[in-house]
Amino acid sequence: MEGMNVRLISGRTAVQGQNLDSKLTEKYFVEVARCDMNGNDMEKLGVAKDDTVKVTTAYGAVIVKAKQDDGNPEGMVFIPMGPWCNAVISGDTHGAGMPSFKGVDARVEKTAEAILPVKELMRTYMG
Amino acid sequence: MADGELLIRNGVVYDPINGVNGEKKDICIRDGKVVESVTNPKVIDAEGRVVMPGGVDIHAHIAGGKVNAGRIMRPEDERKGVEPKTKVCRAQSGYSVPNTFATGYRYARMGYTFVMEAAMPPLAARHTHEEMVDIPILDNAAMPLIDNNWMTMEYVKSGDTDLLAAYIAWMIKATKGYGVKVVNPGGTEAWGWAKNCDLNDAVPYFDVTPAEIIKGLAEATEKFEMPHSIHVHGNMLGHPGNYEMTKDTYDVVKGIKPYRDRPTMHATHTQFHSYGGTTWGNFESKAGAIADYINKNDHVSIDLGSVILGDTTTMTADGPMEYSLYQITGRKWTNHDVELETGTGITPFLYSGKVSVHTIQWAIGQELALLVKDPWKIALTTDHPNAGPFIGYPIIISHLMSKKRRDESAESMHKAIFDRAELPSVDREYDLNEIAIITRGMAAKTLGLHEHGKGHLGVGADADVAIYDMSPEEKDAGKIQKAFLNTKYTIKAGEIVVKDGEVVAAPPGRTIFVTPECDDKLMDEMLVTLKDKFAKYYSVTFNNYPVQDAYLPNPYEIKAPWRSS
Amino acid sequence: MVEVTDVVCSLCGCVCDDIVVEVENNEIVKVKRGACSVGKSKLLGHERIKSPAIRENGELRECSYDEAIKKAAEILYKSRRPLLYGWSSTVCEADKVGVELTEDLGAVMDNTASVCHGPSVLAINDVGLPSCTLGEVKNRADLVIYWGANPSQAHANHMKRYSYVSKGYWTAEGKKGKKMVVVDVRKTMTTKMADVFVQIKQGYDYPVFSALRAILRGHEDVVPDEVGGVPKEQLLEVANMVKESKFMMTFFGMGVTHTGARHNNIVNAIQFTRAAHLHTKANIMPLRGHYNVAGINQVCTWETGFPFAIDMSRGYAWYNPGEQSATDLLYRADCDAAMIIASDPGAHFPGESLKHLAKIPVIQIDPYANPTTEFADVVIPAAVSGIEAEGNVYRMDNIPIRLRKILDTDYLPDEEILERILTEIRAMREKEGE
Repeated sequence: MEGMNVRLISGRTAVQGQNLDSKLTEKYFVEVARCDMNGNDMEKLGVAKDDTVKVTTAYGAVIVKAKQDDGNPEGMVFIPMGPWCNAVISGDTHGAGMPSFKGVDARVEKTAEAILPVKELMRTYMG
Repeated sequence: MADGELLIRNGVVYDPINGVNGEKKDICIRDGKVVESVTNPKVIDAEGRVVMPGGVDIHAHIAGGKVNAGRIMRPEDERKGVEPKTKVCRAQSGYSVPNTFATGYRYARMGYTFVMEAAMPPLAARHTHEEMVDIPILDNAAMPLIDNNWMTMEYVKSGDTDLLAAYIAWMIKATKGYGVKVVNPGGTEAWGWAKNCDLNDAVPYFDVTPAEIIKGLAEATEKFEMPHSIHVHGNMLGHPGNYEMTKDTYDVVKGIKPYRDRPTMHATHTQFHSYGGTTWGNFESKAGAIADYINKNDHVSIDLGSVILGDTTTMTADGPMEYSLYQITGRKWTNHDVELETGTGITPFLYSGKVSVHTIQWAIGQELALLVKDPWKIALTTDHPNAGPFIGYPIIISHLMSKKRRDESAESMHKAIFDRAELPSVDREYDLNEIAIITRGMAAKTLGLHEHGKGHLGVGADADVAIYDMSPEEKDAGKIQKAFLNTKYTIKAGEIVVKDGEVVAAPPGRTIFVTPECDDKLMDEMLVTLKDKFAKYYSVTFNNYPVQDAYLPNPYEIKAPWRSS
Repeated sequence: MVEVTDVVCSLCGCVCDDIVVEVENNEIVKVKRGACSVGKSKLLGHERIKSPAIRENGELRECSYDEAIKKAAEILYKSRRPLLYGWSSTVCEADKVGVELTEDLGAVMDNTASVCHGPSVLAINDVGLPSCTLGEVKNRADLVIYWGANPSQAHANHMKRYSYVSKGYWTAEGKKGKKMVVVDVRKTMTTKMADVFVQIKQGYDYPVFSALRAILRGHEDVVPDEVGGVPKEQLLEVANMVKESKFMMTFFGMGVTHTGARHNNIVNAIQFTRAAHLHTKANIMPLRGHYNVAGINQVCTWETGFPFAIDMSRGYAWYNPGEQSATDLLYRADCDAAMIIASDPGAHFPGESLKHLAKIPVIQIDPYANPTTEFADVVIPAAVSGIEAEGNVYRMDNIPIRLRKILDTDYLPDEEILERILTEIRAMREKEGE
């Protein structure tokens, strides 16, 4: 499948906030292990609602579920703040103290790979 | 409190409240109080040294929202004065806005044992208390701002002095405060719209003048047996030519009878309000005119707000003034308007002896002390940190005591001091008795704290004592300055906290607060209006507003009953 | 059933304090009014960590508080450069013990501002902040700007309590008398409510602030036809709205702290506010994310001189965010133990920083299990501040409010856990005769 170059941003959502104290639940997983894309981008990628996509940056790759949000301009992907987005964010703050949580160059492509549940995602850092 | 007995032997004692003027005298201490005699004390030999009650600072900005906003804004200031933690002391940092631990240690090392936090925004009173709890050693209190408050202005407009008194009582109780603080009355409310007021301008929308606010607050305050009068930072602070308005401000309360023998207004940091000229170009000292007024009238007391040369941080509830200062210097600026109540402005400032205006300001603070005849009308302050950090008090002391030192300093400063200030022509030198008055005696009396153990060493007083490592005969300004910077001993509530200039113990201090008492019916009537304001305009609830007891782990309450006549 | 009023929410920086709940059998059974969906979720509660635990052979073994606290103290005592991170979702009383612990250990103390409004704090270090309390906005603001923020999702009560929808003294008409401008890179539920939606090209906030400043200072001639994806006409429109307002309030969020120029964005936002102040009363405020992140910044500042990323290995506070902020420390593998309290770096830190967290001993103090728990070698469950423990917090406008204790619990409050850890560490040190 062909991939697409995008700009990745992250941020809060209400349902993500409602589950700040319940991050190990299904509700959190469904809300946060996802990315919002403009419908036109999804069409170009051949991605339908609830398909899984792979988002890759210079720092890592993560599998999330695709959702349509036409509020996003084309070429912009939003993943709610949390473990899945952070899997592809750099820890280098360039001396500014703040990682680049928004405005990261990424590649999105359709995939058949499964989304990692949060505990397994954490284990990928454990070498 | 140290249960043990302490005897300070052979010191030369200056205790002006009790008329002790350089007398060789023993001070006996037991259970944290000065007592008549002791049986088996630890002895401190103060032979040939100056002994005074612990210093009482009537006005400094040491704890609360604006102080901390000053700290956050000035990491470069925090990098000065760093000292690693020790077995007794927490880590220290800061110069003009020191951290809370440094604040307590440095004051204690100068022999001070009580500091009044000058201005507490009532909505953020919890913050002031949280910081005061973290200031070691010193006893403290804080004055809530009650002059730009909508309730105040509405009652002043309607002339309901009794209801205003009920509001004052509620506010002082709710904030666990000490008395009524007034800062740029009306003007800080106007600043909510980027405007300002001088003494006789009507406040936009509220349609009262600052003069009316001051008068109303003074009348309402004197309904109680309030230990301290209203404490006023007048309008037009810092503006050339403001001295006339300053005198007019003093006149506002002239006819009002205070509840006991004390002034009806304490006018603070008077240096900033004693300006002549019309522009910065022809700026000149009018300390003489203000001193003249103070000499002829008994209803106003002052504190100096004397300048310390160097970089400092200005911070007041005078939002518009701070904005204009920022516009002059172009340095950083923080502003924080507080709903229904007051505001804050903070900006760094450098007082330079090379600049004519700063040199004249520097002279004015000292002129006020030297031209006012009765030292009982004056307290030594720098409006810390506005005119300079409190750590500079010994510099002012040495200058007031030494004409030679004043002349030496003037030599390296701007020549304007010779024709636009009076200081070079003033010969008077303060003696130690007068220094004791302006650094402890007057403040304790004016605050009413002398009746609660502060500012004197008579039997029953708190055993707060400063022993300075200098002879009463000392005339050398440098040695005087050094001695007042670090005591030989500081004793707080009978415990030795400083020895040979080092902090050796850091017990917590107490927070002193006043509970004005007023008729329930009157209070209930006022509360109807107040609760309506909470429901409609405040952003917190009425029940969540008052400072809870948990914020004062070491409280000391002074009751202020409603006056019977 | 007991009705409890004036309940203070312990979730986001709004710190709504007029919540009413119903309590039955030591449980909050209903949130009657005052809370948004996120606050309501917090109040109704979630599954808790059942017991303190120590990890052995990869599995968490339940144990007593005593044992867990001793183990935590041992880890910290033996560590040469511990990181004490989090703090934003607990009370100031606990924060104070945290500072004492940091000083005692010579550790690095950092809080979630590092990944949130740290850049705003850095901007305040540089230029100060012209601001006000939220009630000022409610009573006076007729122009509200949300820049790089989505309050509909992140601060759901904000507009209704404090800004656009709220009614106050000079704003009795509510929305009708006000204008709202929302600046963002995409359409959201917040942008839909705006009178003017300014859509910016992602990462271009800095030049857009500069362009607005130029216009407000009378130099619109230097502004090109388009800046950061925004047409000049729209910039002029916004500038006119500023000039015609009586009181302008800008709230900003992660859209400007997380991108591109970081703290320089905020400096420019503040300077934009100052330029606006030439025409109207103008204030600006960061939308703090957690209910007491402002509080940990306040406590650290008055106790150490600095607001976050504080290194006390020299015996006094050393401040250099970007060097010893938590993510940097972890990224450089420059710490050998971590205590995570009232926060969740497992969920909110870049993955690259978590690799080192996996290698070092980690102590977690939290009421709830979360991604950080996977890294924890010691887990100490805490009482929920604002429900089971009271204490002081600072709202996003730095107004201090006291959280109430509504329910009883056997869980220990953060303050007590930390004090016991500190006591253990001091006992260990005395035993070794240091």
